[in-house]
Amino acid sequence: MFFYYLQLAVRSFRRNRALTALMVLTLGLGIGASITMLTVLKLLSGDPLPTRSARLFTPVVNPWPAENATPADGMPRWWGNLMSYTDAMSLLHAHKARRQAVTASTKAKIDPTQPGAHSFYGQGVMTTPEFFAMFGAPFAYGGGWSTQDAENQARVVVISSALNDRLFGGGNSVGKMLRVNDHDYRILGVLKPWAPQPRFYALTFGEDAYGDGDAVYLPLQSARADGMKPAGYSCWAPGNVAHLETAPCAWVNLWVEFAQVSGARAYKRFLSHYVQQQIALGRLHHPEVWLFSLTGFLDRQKVVPDDLRLQTNLAFGFLLICIVNTVGLLLAKCLWRSREIGVRRAMGAIRRTIFAQYMVESAIVGIAGGVLGLAFAEFGLLVIRHQPAPYAHLAYLDLPMFAATFAVALVASLIAGLLPAWRACAVVPAPQLKSV
Amino acid sequence: MELGPILSTLRRHKITAFLLVAEIALTCAIVCNAVFLISQRLERMDMPSGVAENQLVMVQVANIAPTEDAKARTAEDLAALRRIPGVKDAALVSQVPFTNSSSNTSIKLSLNQKLPTLNATQYMGENMIQTFGSQLVAGRDFRPDEYMDYDAVLKDLDLVRKQTSSVIITKALAERLWPGESALGKKLYFADVGVRVVGVVKDLVRPSLFLGDDAAQWSMMFPLRMNGNNANRFVLRVDPTQRHQVLEAAAKKLRELDPHRIILGKKTFDEIRSDFFRNDRAMAGTLVGVIIALLTVTALGIVGLASFWVAQRRRTIGVRRALGATQSNILRYFQTENFLLATIGIALGMALAWGINLFLMQHYELPRLPWIYLPVGAVALWLIGQLAVLGPALRASRVPPVVATRSV
Repeated sequence: MFFYYLQLAVRSFRRNRALTALMVLTLGLGIGASITMLTVLKLLSGDPLPTRSARLFTPVVNPWPAENATPADGMPRWWGNLMSYTDAMSLLHAHKARRQAVTASTKAKIDPTQPGAHSFYGQGVMTTPEFFAMFGAPFAYGGGWSTQDAENQARVVVISSALNDRLFGGGNSVGKMLRVNDHDYRILGVLKPWAPQPRFYALTFGEDAYGDGDAVYLPLQSARADGMKPAGYSCWAPGNVAHLETAPCAWVNLWVEFAQVSGARAYKRFLSHYVQQQIALGRLHHPEVWLFSLTGFLDRQKVVPDDLRLQTNLAFGFLLICIVNTVGLLLAKCLWRSREIGVRRAMGAIRRTIFAQYMVESAIVGIAGGVLGLAFAEFGLLVIRHQPAPYAHLAYLDLPMFAATFAVALVASLIAGLLPAWRACAVVPAPQLKSV
Repeated sequence: MELGPILSTLRRHKITAFLLVAEIALTCAIVCNAVFLISQRLERMDMPSGVAENQLVMVQVANIAPTEDAKARTAEDLAALRRIPGVKDAALVSQVPFTNSSSNTSIKLSLNQKLPTLNATQYMGENMIQTFGSQLVAGRDFRPDEYMDYDAVLKDLDLVRKQTSSVIITKALAERLWPGESALGKKLYFADVGVRVVGVVKDLVRPSLFLGDDAAQWSMMFPLRMNGNNANRFVLRVDPTQRHQVLEAAAKKLRELDPHRIILGKKTFDEIRSDFFRNDRAMAGTLVGVIIALLTVTALGIVGLASFWVAQRRRTIGVRRALGATQSNILRYFQTENFLLATIGIALGMALAWGINLFLMQHYELPRLPWIYLPVGAVALWLIGQLAVLGPALRASRVPPVVATRSV
């Protein structure tokens, strides 16, 4: 029976080639546009560390002077999760979470030892020993530095696999020296390729937060002692910004990991307690504290730009119009064929048969639209990859999206076919058979 | 043209007519909002910078470790840059408009004021007004003796506490701080340091708009001399026809003067502006594409539906023709029918456009849709509708009266 319906459908398509092409084309365009935007949206709202993010949090306190009120909805977005060195180090040393790390992004000047090679700038992270274990950064060779190294301001460094490939041909370079900002650092570890998208511990979510990842990971105190600067800082009183550690400025982030998600509540109590203590000491003035989950923090920082959400809404608006269009055309076509249906009904076809026949016909339109939509989506993503957006080069259609394309296409076409099919089976045979 | 027959026909095709109206309404609503969004983006991309854009180029360098003689070396760098043919002026500045990297500070109007009035950006560098080509609208430029070394001030803030330093601010900032008054001679404070306004420039946009577009022009210029240890952006004012040659020559010269220096970037100001607004440009482009796609799909939909209707009503048309209707009567019939459906669709579409705008205002910090954009969508859809229906209607008008006499 199904094949008979297929035959009928193909015959009907042949009779209205232009119109069938039009239906498939509009549906394809709508699906292509929606899937393209959904892929990019999914890419940007993705979880940078899927297996760990639920247990990772970042605390924020308000270090502003007493006269500055805390904004009702927390620290402003541009503040991010910045913290003063004093607060971050106190909280780090309190060890109230399972693991904790202080981070600050920097630009590191790297001098290759090969003759003739030019110095270049790489992304760097100044951080504390537990960074690697906490974020699950995998080592290919060696390992991270110890608390002892950090305290001694040892000139040691962990490098990315990309940098290792570039400078040392990808071998085990543990123990070799790397010249960073005109000082010799001993390589302690080489990471396997590791680059959370986006780099949530970065200062801002621009170009640097996507892509291949950071090149060097340095002990915070050692790097600072050698004059490396954080990517940005915010001060609430005048001070000497050459000594950010003591200046009234925020420039580091603190990340903490709990053994269980429930650890967050206890940690927030501890955080409040700490702030109360500091208020009593006169160092801080505002009792409010915040503890953002990793994904909550990314949402708050609008990692997914408003423009992109708007474009996705537009794409779905477009898909809606395409579906309405297809419904209209299928319906008109079906009404036009009332006579044919009348004949089939009179010959003994029951309503369910007619309904099934029309659903098969619209499903075919839908699947054809889906295939075309997939082609359009691939094209759309190709265009996106050539856009100057920081995430552009990551825009590829993945398997779930591939499946989603067909689901969307089929559902859209079945919805589009429902009304015409229902109308078709409502045709009463007798009037259609009368010749005028 | 009597509407009676048209209405009674449409009443018999309620669902199809409704779908067509819905499609037109949705398209109209989206097109109205998209055109409005495009105009918003274009307006934003026109944001004034306050500098002589077609004459400016920038070279950003990264120096090696801090040097003792940075001041002397910067003077040498600038002198060498000024000698390049085509260069009118050169300066080493702390920040450049539209480059997304900025230093900002809260300011107060008196020392005992508790909360700061607003947050403004700080431009620093010698000979900045000349080089940027900023337009002074009141007061004067800094005098040579007013300049202090930024290094020295950073080490000892008392240098600026002891004597009141000068500041030049933008007209927008002046009007915001002292509405309706002249800003010249007024004092403003950041933390416990007071400075006096000596000049007002027409515009000078912030390097980064992190506080929103309303605060875009809140900028201050300070008479602070930068050197290679604390600033890395060389700005050159050049002959517009030689921008690219000068840029290459300047980068080469800077590398020559210090072979260890890394050139981080070199751009004309046109490129800087274009990079800064690239998201807006991309968005405007996307919206134009969406409008074209929507109108095309809707037009094709109308063609398709009208074709079906014409095919379905061949006999009726034949009967009408046999009874004396002219070709143009038939043509007019289908055109009026489409106009009627389009008008209903447009009316609904305008209400929907308003609704979509309310939604966008809530979620995307957009202003209210000015009513002027509503007719844009209406006219577009009326035109598209009439164009789309023309083909099928002409086909209908050519149906010969003899069809009426044929059975089946």
